[in-house]
Amino acid sequence: MRTFAYSRADSVDHAAHRTMPDTAFVAGGTTLLDLIKLDVLKPENVVDINALPLKRVERLNDGRLKIGALVTNTDLAHHPEVKSHYPVLSEALLAGASTQLRNMATTAGNVMQRTRCPYYRDPAAKCNRREPGSGCDAMDGINRMHAVLGGSDACIAVHPSDMCVGIAAIGATLTLQGPDGEREVDFADFHRLPGDTPHIEHDLADGELITAITLDAPLENAGSHYLKLRDRASYEFALASCAAQLVLDGDTIREARLALGGVATKPWRCSDAEAALVGQTADKTSFERAADIALKDAQAREHNGYKIPLARQAIVRALRNAARGDKPASETQESQA
Amino acid sequence: MNDMTRPDFDKPRVVGQRTPRIDGEFKLTGRAGYTGELHVDGMLYGYPVPATIANGVLESLDLDAARAMPGVVDIFHHGHFEALHRSPNSMAHGDMVNEVRLPFEDERIYYHGQYVALVVAETFEQARAAAQRVVARYREERGAVVSLLQTEAEGTLQESAGSTRGDPEAAFGGAEVKVDSTYHIAAESHLQMEMHATLAEWRDAGKRLVVHESTQGVFFQRNAMARVFGLAQENLEVISHYIGSGFGNKLFMWPHSVATAVAARMIGRPVKVVLPRQQDMTSGGNRPASRQRIRLGADRSGKLTSVIHDSTTETSLVHQYVDTCGSATPSFYACDNVSTSQRVLEVNHGTPCPMRAPGEVSGIFALETAMDELAVALEMDPVELRLKNNAEQDPASGLPWSSKHLDECLTSAAKRFGWEQRNPAIGSMRDGDEIIGYGMASCTWSAGRQPCEARVELRADGSLFAACGTQDIGTGTYTIVAQAVAELTGAELSRIEVKLGETSLPAGPLSGGSMATATVLPAVAAAARDALDAIKEVAVGSGGAFEGSDPDSLAAQAGGLTDGERRVSFEEILETSKLSSVNGQGSAAPGDERSEYAFRSFGAHFVEVRIDPEISRVRVTRVVSSIDIGRAINPPTARNQVEGGIVMGVGMGLLEKLDYDPRDARLINANVADYIVPTHADAPEIDVELLDYPDFKHNEFGGRGVGEIGLTGVASAIANAIYHATGKRHRDLPITIEALLASS
Repeated sequence: MRTFAYSRADSVDHAAHRTMPDTAFVAGGTTLLDLIKLDVLKPENVVDINALPLKRVERLNDGRLKIGALVTNTDLAHHPEVKSHYPVLSEALLAGASTQLRNMATTAGNVMQRTRCPYYRDPAAKCNRREPGSGCDAMDGINRMHAVLGGSDACIAVHPSDMCVGIAAIGATLTLQGPDGEREVDFADFHRLPGDTPHIEHDLADGELITAITLDAPLENAGSHYLKLRDRASYEFALASCAAQLVLDGDTIREARLALGGVATKPWRCSDAEAALVGQTADKTSFERAADIALKDAQAREHNGYKIPLARQAIVRALRNAARGDKPASETQESQA
Repeated sequence: MNDMTRPDFDKPRVVGQRTPRIDGEFKLTGRAGYTGELHVDGMLYGYPVPATIANGVLESLDLDAARAMPGVVDIFHHGHFEALHRSPNSMAHGDMVNEVRLPFEDERIYYHGQYVALVVAETFEQARAAAQRVVARYREERGAVVSLLQTEAEGTLQESAGSTRGDPEAAFGGAEVKVDSTYHIAAESHLQMEMHATLAEWRDAGKRLVVHESTQGVFFQRNAMARVFGLAQENLEVISHYIGSGFGNKLFMWPHSVATAVAARMIGRPVKVVLPRQQDMTSGGNRPASRQRIRLGADRSGKLTSVIHDSTTETSLVHQYVDTCGSATPSFYACDNVSTSQRVLEVNHGTPCPMRAPGEVSGIFALETAMDELAVALEMDPVELRLKNNAEQDPASGLPWSSKHLDECLTSAAKRFGWEQRNPAIGSMRDGDEIIGYGMASCTWSAGRQPCEARVELRADGSLFAACGTQDIGTGTYTIVAQAVAELTGAELSRIEVKLGETSLPAGPLSGGSMATATVLPAVAAAARDALDAIKEVAVGSGGAFEGSDPDSLAAQAGGLTDGERRVSFEEILETSKLSSVNGQGSAAPGDERSEYAFRSFGAHFVEVRIDPEISRVRVTRVVSSIDIGRAINPPTARNQVEGGIVMGVGMGLLEKLDYDPRDARLINANVADYIVPTHADAPEIDVELLDYPDFKHNEFGGRGVGEIGLTGVASAIANAIYHATGKRHRDLPITIEALLASS
């Protein structure tokens, strides 16, 4: 690791006005400190934002839920508003990392989580995301964990968050505070596709700080499920995951929300598949059709082709469980392990 | 020679009883000093710089930026290092090493992670920061051998690692029922909790070297270092009081230890190196990948007529390591025609080394999976097939077993598991979304023993002291030594102090091969008896507590001596005679029994898997095992060894795989997030039964060792259970989601 200047921000304004180059904000530190020690991230300045008053969760008058940037993953997962109105987010959070990491990791930090691509994390490897223009060792290397959706010739690294998949299936707005004031960004537009510029991961300008994430008003009477498929039962990033919400009228689907994780370069909302579900009977046929639509553009490299059928399985099962409104005990236990 | 049926251990009082670890409090309260935590005055920190290529030449090192970093004291590399000698690398002479090549010996790069420099600085952080500023320029060469699993190359035959009896080829050719299958197992990491660590300190103006090392063998490391540095053994001390496990990769010395000691001498200050996890995984040992072909021939009744087991494993380009997969095969089943062969293939990896049940665990996966295939071909219950071929004596040596109860293991574990409820039809057992599969395998590990010395003191302050230069690698050796002393003296465990892990103590064995218990305890018992003889002599002597008595009329009881009428404590006896202590020396070694009996432990694992085929999920939900290890000296820690082996077997079966980049042989998952092992949530419900048949032919305590057997067979039982659930035969480990998907 390189040495850096460390300071504590005592107000949001103060933090946002730190427009020094190479500044990184640190909250839980679960990504940043790891990557600094690996010599992957080399910030000159690290600003600790843990003292900022961004730890509230509040229900707004319009029914939306505003979550402070510094609310920990643990607190958010167990928050009564989230458990009762956004169970898919609670499940997604609890499927991520470990208890210890969730106790440290924050909501905004999770949005800013870096990829787990091993070549990104190894300074000796070629990586366009870490070093623009250097090439991509993952493309023809060990790419078992890599994306089949949203990739480019420059990068196929997966966005590893579980939480963000849950949020993508709910819909949300990010509040950003910058030197020039506050602005709002649709969550769906915040993360960038890699394209030719994989090093630009999100829509956050220098000096800008995420202060809150406001979830769209909950779908009333929705059944939901977050299903995470991985090699082992706990403490592993998803190979494929699916957040699903369904509102049924009898057997007919009135509304659908569907997002994928573990298979895409950003939290992956499946709008076409959602549209295809509405008005259909909630059964295996419609679920499989939705999965086919969600994955129609999927492209595999040498080692990640299995993710396409696996994601299909995740979609079908998550939709089935969302439609049932309950899920087998084995899946509930494991999703929270 | 030991009298193998001494009455002391017919009805033991402490041995065989549930005994809390005597070092538990030290570990729980953080007072147990592990090598990486130790600090000595003036100590510096070293951080190795690993090669980032796996095949080529180090052309130059640019050290300017690194040297300018704060706290840097020196940077060692080829050209700036002491001239040393290699160790002879002899098992017989106790100087075997895990990698004979010395650090920085030449500029050739043989594997990713090979050390190209060692940065030494005032703090760990400074050393790491400077190490990251070292700029190494390489001339990378094509043609790295990435893995045994990615080449057709056959490797070199190791004549001494194979065996033949009968005419297995002819018998196979004429067999009524045949299995001919090939199995692949990916390279695995030991992933022991505590990384390799060395603290080297030179004393007496560079003439004497004291090394703290996290090692499974202080004497082997001392002897190897003496050869490397050209020192008399007496001028070297190796210390290892607490070890956060090793699983075999700490049996013998690695180059980081040599580099650390050289740095300490050249700088003139103590230096400590704790390998970061990445380097521990690239450069601190691995279980090599294996390719095995098994041919089984049987008659229609299920009687084996031929077993042919041909194996190839990886070794590195700088050291020859042979992971003999077939070493258990000649002794496994009663069959007249058996052959094994072993080849090794040089690959551009860090050097492989023994890992828990080395060789055999790979071999037993293949053999026991092939046996399941044979049972399917015969339409016979796999338990019945194994009972039918049970070897009543050792078919390899022709000797009778010292003690063998595999048949009871098979029937007992089957009963507790509920094997009779198994419907043999593929995929026939369902529960909601899940298919339930039942599978089983036998397991085995050899029962070895080494020579050993020990010392026991009885002290006037009422304490007892036992010492042996073996190690406790976390398995509970401290506690069983205390149990042995308590057994012989009648003293309370709380009064017994045990010292292990120093070369200044009487010579003790490696903590490996499941041999330490059977090796150490007889020597400790001999030393305790010698100490008792000494105190009896004192007691009956002039002015003694039992003055004038016949020493043979005195017996140890409750930490004292009794003549049947009165008991006098050891401390009172010593005080009466104005002595501070008496000292007992003891030694023990295997003897003629090794040519009269065959020694091996056996057992059986029964596994339940649940497979949710619509989401390609497989989980091991239940394991029931019965293992015959002779007598368990401390049943909870013995059982824990088997339980740990089972969890490790789940990793071997479903998860663990070192991923080498197919283009350049770089290891890309050298961390504990990307190299996945079972978590608590992956650990099945485990029911282990330890049969209690003391093996007094092996040693007077009747225990045969338990560190490795629990791992063997587990991965095969899992694969066999998956076959029962899905009808897909998995012959490659780990059995990944991709493999499950491909079969659905």
